[in-house]
Amino acid sequence: MERTTDGSSTAVLNAAGREAVETVWDRFEKQSPQCGFGELGTCCRNCLQGPCRIDPFGGGATQGACGATADTIVARNLARSIAAGTAAHSGHAKHLVHALLKWAEGKAPDYPVKDEAKLKAVATRVGIPIDGKTTQTLAKELAEKALADFSEKETPVTWAATNVTAGRVETFLKYGLVPTGIDSVVSEVMHRTHYGVDADPVNLLLGGVKCALADYAGCHMGTDLADILFGTPKPVVSRMNLGVLKDDAVNIALHGHNPVLSDVIAQMAKDLNGEATDAGAKGGINLVGVCCTGNEVLMRHGIPSATHSVSQEVALLTGAVDAMVVDYQCIMPSLQTVAECYHTRIITTMPIAKISGATHMEFNEENARETAKSIVRMGIEAFKKRDPNKVSIPKNALNALAGFSTEAIVEALAKVNAEDPLKPLIDNIVNGNIQGVCLFAGCNNVRVPQDQNFIAMAKSLAAQNVLLLATGCAAGAFGRHGLLTSEATNQYAGDGLKAVLTAVGEAAGLGGPLPLVLHMGSCVDNSRAADLAVAVANKLGVDVNKLPVVASAPEATTEKAIAIGTWAVAAGLPTHVGVVPPVLGGALVAKVLTEDVKDLLGGYFIVETDPESSAAKLMDAIRERRKGLGL
Amino acid sequence: MKEVFVRVDRCLGCHSCQIACAVEHSASKKLFGAILESPGPRYRLFIEKADGLNIPLTCRHCDPAPCAEACVAGSITRDARGAVVQNENRCIGCWTCVMVCPYGVVGRKQDRKVAVKCDRCQDREVPACVGACPTKALLFAEPDEFGAAVRKSRAGVLVGTLLG
Repeated sequence: MERTTDGSSTAVLNAAGREAVETVWDRFEKQSPQCGFGELGTCCRNCLQGPCRIDPFGGGATQGACGATADTIVARNLARSIAAGTAAHSGHAKHLVHALLKWAEGKAPDYPVKDEAKLKAVATRVGIPIDGKTTQTLAKELAEKALADFSEKETPVTWAATNVTAGRVETFLKYGLVPTGIDSVVSEVMHRTHYGVDADPVNLLLGGVKCALADYAGCHMGTDLADILFGTPKPVVSRMNLGVLKDDAVNIALHGHNPVLSDVIAQMAKDLNGEATDAGAKGGINLVGVCCTGNEVLMRHGIPSATHSVSQEVALLTGAVDAMVVDYQCIMPSLQTVAECYHTRIITTMPIAKISGATHMEFNEENARETAKSIVRMGIEAFKKRDPNKVSIPKNALNALAGFSTEAIVEALAKVNAEDPLKPLIDNIVNGNIQGVCLFAGCNNVRVPQDQNFIAMAKSLAAQNVLLLATGCAAGAFGRHGLLTSEATNQYAGDGLKAVLTAVGEAAGLGGPLPLVLHMGSCVDNSRAADLAVAVANKLGVDVNKLPVVASAPEATTEKAIAIGTWAVAAGLPTHVGVVPPVLGGALVAKVLTEDVKDLLGGYFIVETDPESSAAKLMDAIRERRKGLGL
Repeated sequence: MKEVFVRVDRCLGCHSCQIACAVEHSASKKLFGAILESPGPRYRLFIEKADGLNIPLTCRHCDPAPCAEACVAGSITRDARGAVVQNENRCIGCWTCVMVCPYGVVGRKQDRKVAVKCDRCQDREVPACVGACPTKALLFAEPDEFGAAVRKSRAGVLVGTLLG
């Protein structure tokens, strides 16, 4: 099978000597054929009587030893995946909250509030009076309010309840979907999926949705706190793909998810340029991003992105990465094995995310800059051992315009209509220049030739005048293929969409259209897209589940993606998944997720692996919504 | 002529062979399609537990084959590959084949009173069950080849026992 449609990655994988190094595609091949019970979601390992498996062909077991049916098992497994995704996103958020709190208490001087306006805006939104308070006091109160969202309370999770429409709150209350604590609902899912607790598949699924709303809260809090600490992104020009690595520089890749360390490295790396040149690197220090840590530092510092997701090992195969600094999430354990073929140092930094054989430099907020300095110096040391004979950097790096936070989008729209910034967007949706909006999110998946679904679907939808937003590795895919550019708008957008993107881009002083796809940030920053949808819904006076807005994770991999997909459905969006999730073994569960849930929440899952059919199904969903609004 | 051989010490009881067998004998030949078909496809091999071991039981394609000898309708015959196959259009569902099979590996179609058995995957070079086995407990090999491998491993054991 074709491994990737990314030309730069293909060039590196095909370069001489690289075939001997095992990568994700080789390992996946050895996993084939995979276990059918696992693929169908009908394997239960939740007790020591298991594993129990349900025979999908009816010749054997129809229930687990305890009596759990296929639907019960599938629903329990899905709920646990959502809980894991929620734990990851909210763990990321909690980390940022602690950094802010430590700064407010004078314990972490390297984390001053960078965006006071955002601090005030978020505080106001969550109900903290701001008048007359110092930045420290406000930061402390906000951090305490955020931390309170994690444990069990009498009231709904603040970051979930204050960032949705009133209509959504009503719907969530009606079905008992409102979480009262982020950690507590993760814990509740683990409880209800324990041996002999919740056996009703629909009740389990609703429990999963409730947990997913806590995931939304975690994502939103992650975005809010990162903006407060490191600045709210503004449009920024950068470059993407492996060609951003430099022959003559110390290449340090920042990989993982949380800006809490990487932003500090981005702030201070240039201070060590002199040490790098002394070591023989004329180009100094060259920071590059991988995955969502890459997105965070791209959005705020314009640091170029080398690659994303499934091709993370390929960055090392260039032989030019001197150090790869990782925090947590989506970091393949194989990176260390691949690094051992080169001079590359893999540096783990988080106490909860170590890799055998890698160098561990434990990071804490109290002495962030010092740790960051030591890490960069380690990269400089490694550079001295680089073997030029093993270096093969593809030439290709494409321009990319990123940095489209919700605030930045509204600001750009305000250049068209200062009084009422959302009006141009709404008017163009109403008049059909923009048929609808699609948010692309999620990962790459080794089952899909890398980026194939993203690119095919984006081109198809753009040609049909759908406004495209992207986060996470989806945004990375578009960037590496040149779709975060004005040129892509001119080449691929339908006439209506092109006219709007051109008008806004020119009004905003870009000298051309906005990019074909608006890069909104990392995967927690799906909250930014949700904010935009909520703002439009509130402006129109309709709920989100009526808007011609859809979401797609066409190459999803992680449990975080499952959690995001679930809250997108809860938000009311038709949500496409381009790989088959492990739910088909439960016929009732599959039907609820793709059909029945529409009556409850408005959103529903569309599972389709073919990119052209996927785009067609999303267009159908957009047309149905437009019809519903009388457009 | 190659046969399906079983290395019982390697079977983990994962049932992947059965899933692959049913998928191979479905209309769509894909897992996600096969589970939605009605009537559903049947797998033609089984896993039993004996003395703490998982024992995959497959059709041995005996010669002479008791099932073929006993079939009053003449629906079970030997094909050009040497595999004992069954023509469901001729089967009258008398279950004589089920009664005489020494391995108990003749089953019944889900929707009809018709016997169903291993056809050693007519469209595949290597049977689906063998291809799906993650531990290589199932092998598709010539009997001589399998015997030679057994002899080789036993010779080592013998040396250890006699001289060790």
